[in-house]
Amino acid sequence: MEEPRQHGLSRRGLLGLAGAGVVGAGIGIGVDRFALSHDAAATSGVATSYPFYGEHQAGITTAAQDRMHFASYDVADIDRGELISLLKDWTAAAARMTQGRDVGPDGAVGGSLDAPPDDTGEALDLPAAGLTITFGFGPTLFTSNDGTDRFGLAGKRPEALIDLPHFAGDALQDEFVGGDLCIQACSNDPQVAVHAIRNLSRIAFGRASIRWSQLGFGRTSSTTRDQVTARNLFGFKDGTANVKAEDSSEVDEHVWVPDGDSAPWMTGGSYLVARKIRMTIETWDRASLREQERIFGREKGTGAPLTGGGEFTEPNFSKRRTDGTLVMDPASHVRLAHPKQNKGAVILRRGYNFVEGNDDLGRLNAGLFFLAFQRDPRTQFVRIQKSLAGHDAMNEYTRHIGSAIFAVPPGARKGSYVGAPLFEG
Amino acid sequence: MNQRTTRLGLLVAASAAALLALTACVPNSTTTSRSSSTTKLTVNSSATACAVSANTAPSGTVSFTVTNSADKITEFYLLGADGLRVVGEVENVTPGVKRTLTVQLQPGNYFTVCKPGMAGDGVGRAAFTVTDSGASIKPAGDLTAQTTVAAKNYVAYVKDQVAQLVPANQAFLAAYLAGDDAKARSLYASTRAYYERIEPVAESFGHLDPELDFREADVAEGDEWTGWHRIEKDLWPPAGVGYVALTPDQRKYYADKLSTNVDQLHAAVNSPDYAVSIDAISNGAIGLLDEVASGKITGEEEIWSHTDLWDFQANLEGARVAYEGVRDIAKAKSPSLVKTIDARFAALEKQLAGYGSLTTGFTYYNELSTAQIKSLADGVNALSEPLSKLTATLVK
Repeated sequence: MEEPRQHGLSRRGLLGLAGAGVVGAGIGIGVDRFALSHDAAATSGVATSYPFYGEHQAGITTAAQDRMHFASYDVADIDRGELISLLKDWTAAAARMTQGRDVGPDGAVGGSLDAPPDDTGEALDLPAAGLTITFGFGPTLFTSNDGTDRFGLAGKRPEALIDLPHFAGDALQDEFVGGDLCIQACSNDPQVAVHAIRNLSRIAFGRASIRWSQLGFGRTSSTTRDQVTARNLFGFKDGTANVKAEDSSEVDEHVWVPDGDSAPWMTGGSYLVARKIRMTIETWDRASLREQERIFGREKGTGAPLTGGGEFTEPNFSKRRTDGTLVMDPASHVRLAHPKQNKGAVILRRGYNFVEGNDDLGRLNAGLFFLAFQRDPRTQFVRIQKSLAGHDAMNEYTRHIGSAIFAVPPGARKGSYVGAPLFEG
Repeated sequence: MNQRTTRLGLLVAASAAALLALTACVPNSTTTSRSSSTTKLTVNSSATACAVSANTAPSGTVSFTVTNSADKITEFYLLGADGLRVVGEVENVTPGVKRTLTVQLQPGNYFTVCKPGMAGDGVGRAAFTVTDSGASIKPAGDLTAQTTVAAKNYVAYVKDQVAQLVPANQAFLAAYLAGDDAKARSLYASTRAYYERIEPVAESFGHLDPELDFREADVAEGDEWTGWHRIEKDLWPPAGVGYVALTPDQRKYYADKLSTNVDQLHAAVNSPDYAVSIDAISNGAIGLLDEVASGKITGEEEIWSHTDLWDFQANLEGARVAYEGVRDIAKAKSPSLVKTIDARFAALEKQLAGYGSLTTGFTYYNELSTAQIKSLADGVNALSEPLSKLTATLVK
């Protein structure tokens, strides 16, 4: 059960809670990660801090924070015991940092003058700022690319933790692909998110090192109903039809791994697919508004489907104009990504915009760092992406350059560590 | 060297005075066995040989009585298995005089060497084996005494390296001045190794490191660029950018300047005032790893010759020597830290050995793949992180 820390839970927030019809302390499974605070100033609807320990890891159904630092790690040539010790150290550090504390007991300035400080210090004086830290295990943790079972985990690899297939148009660059472990740090303060990844990476030296990492500066999805739907760098609302934390039955059906799935240690966990999608901003910006809306299938201003209504109105894919042509282009993004086109497949999107300066040609090196959580990638992300990859009208303006998949274990119990059921079960 | 080096001056010791009063034969450990007798050996240091009466001894107390039969002042060194770390030494042995070095030795491999004239790499370098007598040997004396011995031995190591740098550099410059560029290129990296092992020491002498070791990019607008890297660029001239080779007169100018600076370094470390403190040794080890992480692993140090891995190896050896000198003291305070550092040193040394050795040469930096460089960088980070806690452990 998750409740924001006192200063995040304002009187106004409590009233909002009651108004939402959520009564008492027992808020159902699946909705335990959305903000309970509705402070008027907090437009993102994100509380000040979230508990680290719980049934599920935070940072999934948690109201999407504004900033993200994501890192993928390669595990060094260490043994199973050392891997467990890393996860224990990471767990302890994450539990502290998500509560707005220094990474270790001595902190940034409390230790010996002759030693490097425990904590790197750039988050001194900053609050937790809604920090969540979410850990995941990549396929290569279970079986190396050369087939080695380094940690005695090969037999525990969930069937759902597949190696992603090659999708039409993939232009993956090795330096943005894969990883044995991942950490997603999200916060409303970019410095807090960076501080988390930096300190966790430091703890890992000698046991794991960063393979690639990604900064995101603007959320492109809302994961709770209170959040305004944010826009991606194409200028369109993104995530309108996202799974929302409040829809507990949807969350249970599409996001969390239920008891009884093939890998028992994953019960309460989820699967994360990360895709680094470069956008060719400059050519997009030269496309007419009509063309842009045709590609999306939505109005740019309101986010409403071209077939009418408001942002949250269901699109009507069979609606025709008087001349008999379909209002919604069959190749539009919204149609191809829609559950109706994908046997009901739904994912919880949690992506972020990125701009990393410019490329050699002076173009903005910009795009979307797509993150999606789901119960089973085989019937969710893969199904949707197959539909999009070959046909989406938007593909002319996008290029998938990075890709990774991770099993996100359930949340840790206090006194235990993230991933304990994998090693102890 | 690079300008970001932050531990400048740490090796200038504050607590020097106490060390000066020491004799040259402070025992480095003591034996706790009930009645272990001293193994007494003799050493005859002549102009060309370093005759030790035996090449083996049982572990425990061993004394070396050194006689100087040459006409120059000599020194006797007992070195660790790496041939670098000074386990014990006697210096200033004048002709005709006898002096004794007494040490407590653990089982293992050592080297003996004499250094008549107190320069160069010495004469009569020979393996010396200590067999296991069964005696239990612990560091001698209280912490202060151990610290004093560690500091003294590190100074001896620094002197030994600089003493070897002087003739190596002379040979390198002789080839360069003679226009034998191929030979000069072949001597460049191995000459610099003596310097790279003790670089934080040179950095403590203000102007010396900039004048010896600045890279072109380190030099401020209007300042003169001198030292090894100036000559490096002339020996490996960049193609296609209009580089103008140095004239013989210019070569002589830069060679003389480098030679003078190396002599100044030699004088500085042999000054009676020169000493180091325990934290300076530890910080020197950390500083050497920082050098690797900031300059060598990026290929910035040897941008023309691409001999960065030679520097890497020398930095690593220097860091290891500094660490070994204080290891026993640290172990008593934090066994787990020492265990981690030991393992990470060994792993990085093994990894680097996969690319060559100072004897046979290394892979050139520009021939390494990105993945190989990343893997080496991971090893450096793995060692540097626990090593960064060494100083605080020692002084706590």
